[in-house]
Amino acid sequence: MSTPRTLFEKVWDSHVVVDSDPALLYVDLHLVHEVTSPQAFAGLTASGRTVRRPDLTVATVDHGIPTTGRSLGIRDPLSKKQVDALIQNCRDQGITMFGIDDPRQGIVHVVGPEQGLTQPGLLIVCGDSHTSTHGAFGALAFGIGTTEVEHVLATQTIWQARPQTMAVEVEGTLPWGVAAKDLILGIIAQIGVSGGTRHVIEYRGQAIRDLSMEQRMTICNMSIEGGARAGMIAPDETTIRYVEGRPFAPKGTDWDAAVAAWESLATDPGAGFDKVEVLDAGALVPHVSWGVNPAQTVPVTGHVPSPDSYSDPQQREAAVRALEYMALRPGTAIADINIDHVFLGSCTNGRIEDLRAAAKVVEGRKVDDRVNAVVVPGSMQVKAQAEAEGLSDIFERAGFSWRDAGCSSCLAMNPDVIPSGDRCASTSNRNYEGRQGRGARTHLVSPAMAAAAAVSGHFVDVREWQLS
Amino acid sequence: MNPVRAITGTMVPLDRADVDTDQIIPQQFLKRIERDGYGDFLFYNWAHTDDGTPSSDFIINSPDRRGAKVLVAGPNFGCGSSREHAPWAIQQWGFDAVITPSAADIFRNNSSFTGLLIVELPAEAVGRLMDVAADPAAVVTIDLETQTVAADGIEEHFDFDPTAKERLLQGLDGIGVTMTHDDVIASHEASRPSWLPTSVG
Repeated sequence: MSTPRTLFEKVWDSHVVVDSDPALLYVDLHLVHEVTSPQAFAGLTASGRTVRRPDLTVATVDHGIPTTGRSLGIRDPLSKKQVDALIQNCRDQGITMFGIDDPRQGIVHVVGPEQGLTQPGLLIVCGDSHTSTHGAFGALAFGIGTTEVEHVLATQTIWQARPQTMAVEVEGTLPWGVAAKDLILGIIAQIGVSGGTRHVIEYRGQAIRDLSMEQRMTICNMSIEGGARAGMIAPDETTIRYVEGRPFAPKGTDWDAAVAAWESLATDPGAGFDKVEVLDAGALVPHVSWGVNPAQTVPVTGHVPSPDSYSDPQQREAAVRALEYMALRPGTAIADINIDHVFLGSCTNGRIEDLRAAAKVVEGRKVDDRVNAVVVPGSMQVKAQAEAEGLSDIFERAGFSWRDAGCSSCLAMNPDVIPSGDRCASTSNRNYEGRQGRGARTHLVSPAMAAAAAVSGHFVDVREWQLS
Repeated sequence: MNPVRAITGTMVPLDRADVDTDQIIPQQFLKRIERDGYGDFLFYNWAHTDDGTPSSDFIINSPDRRGAKVLVAGPNFGCGSSREHAPWAIQQWGFDAVITPSAADIFRNNSSFTGLLIVELPAEAVGRLMDVAADPAAVVTIDLETQTVAADGIEEHFDFDPTAKERLLQGLDGIGVTMTHDDVIASHEASRPSWLPTSVG
């Protein structure tokens, strides 16, 4: 009998090229975008090197591109320069690129799964911290910096210190009206923004197995907000059904061989984790962030907390600063917070199921007059599908602006900047100061909660609202 | 990367927890395609008023902090985005090292390639260093070779990843080192199952 191993250990072991600590690991898929790659390609060229495996590298544009008026081109000269550099670099190195006019263009973490490039058991890296998203398939996927991007381009490998393992066991069933976003915000509230540091999380338990692939991506996406190196979920029938038939998925006998390999990846009975956290999904409610990090959240039924509720002096001090930045007073009911903007999109919540959940809330209703509401699909394929399903009509009739795909207001590198002092209900992943624009105030919520807030002009408990 | 051995200089205390890389270098400054030119934008939103004037009350703008070499920060420093622009901005402002109770994984990793020395010490020791750093003239010495930090009555040992240490001490080119393993990379490559995806369909 071999020693029982976790999902992470199996994927790690099968990628070890040099067995040391740190180990040299082979990279199966390297995803590239315009913002963190130009210096890497420049470094490669300067040292006379080339891309070792262009066929294991895929690029798209997402961070800085406009979501309106694309026929006019990219008007921001700096963003245009970054996109032009990526086009040239991909052309020079023979890398497949989903450019701004490609029907497959979209946010890198939406595109990989959608195209069937993201598969169980792979080692996936990208110069972007939300690469953890791909762990939803049972891949080991993590974000890297630009020097490492250059290293992977040149060698198709990466040095990694072996992380510790952490199991997040989620038992029970998510109640009606409580989304995967609320679950991951609940997990982060429990473990804290650095609870996962130096760890790879495996999300386990009935509540996780019950999730769709897109919901699992929402969970794994925000692993980094809990400080984790990566988040993973064991592949199962749900995973296999999702991958089957996608453009880059294995076909024929390759498919059978792949499925057999994927079915052996789940954590063995008896395998141990360095750390275990347990949550009851049944006790979860919709969350709204009130502060400037993703652990500063409360139930929608709750109130803005007092800094005195924190025993740690540094966290108390952080709460004081967060309240000042967010212009909130302790004790204010979350439902009494008025909003100016709604952003529906991002690699966390920009997929078709997210848009469906929001459209269901919006249907037959109108966006509040004081609110500027925007839908930015995660990819052009999500956009096309939403249009085919009539979701875009629902959003547009309600008063939402319907955009082209990209990262958009999640990080405001394109023109979709939230003005200083304005308050935004956002389905994205980070409520950091200035994240959506200098002085902008971000409240993280699920797609359904964002939609309900757009209609009401303030936060509402979507559970009550849909029942009435 | 230039070799990193010992750093001696004055400090800037930044007693805040969970300083994310969006604060270290905000997104509007990530549009450059070069590796340099980020130093002026370090902590930009904290260091400037709405009209872009340097805020006199933010510590790195204080004239007596000019020339500081070591940033002493709160726990979970560098969390969030993987942007390597964060260590670039810190170094290009003039810092050679960050001392913190804990750094975020990607930031710590990135810094080990850019030559920014990340020293993790127990929170209590960082607290004492913060107090010492209240004096703009107080000097700290960090020796990577011996893995020690010394300042006014403080002497602390720190743990450091041995591979990263070697790379920093010698200023090695990571790719060159890896390519000495080219034969094992190639044999691993040859053993990969044929059904694994490629981007050429």
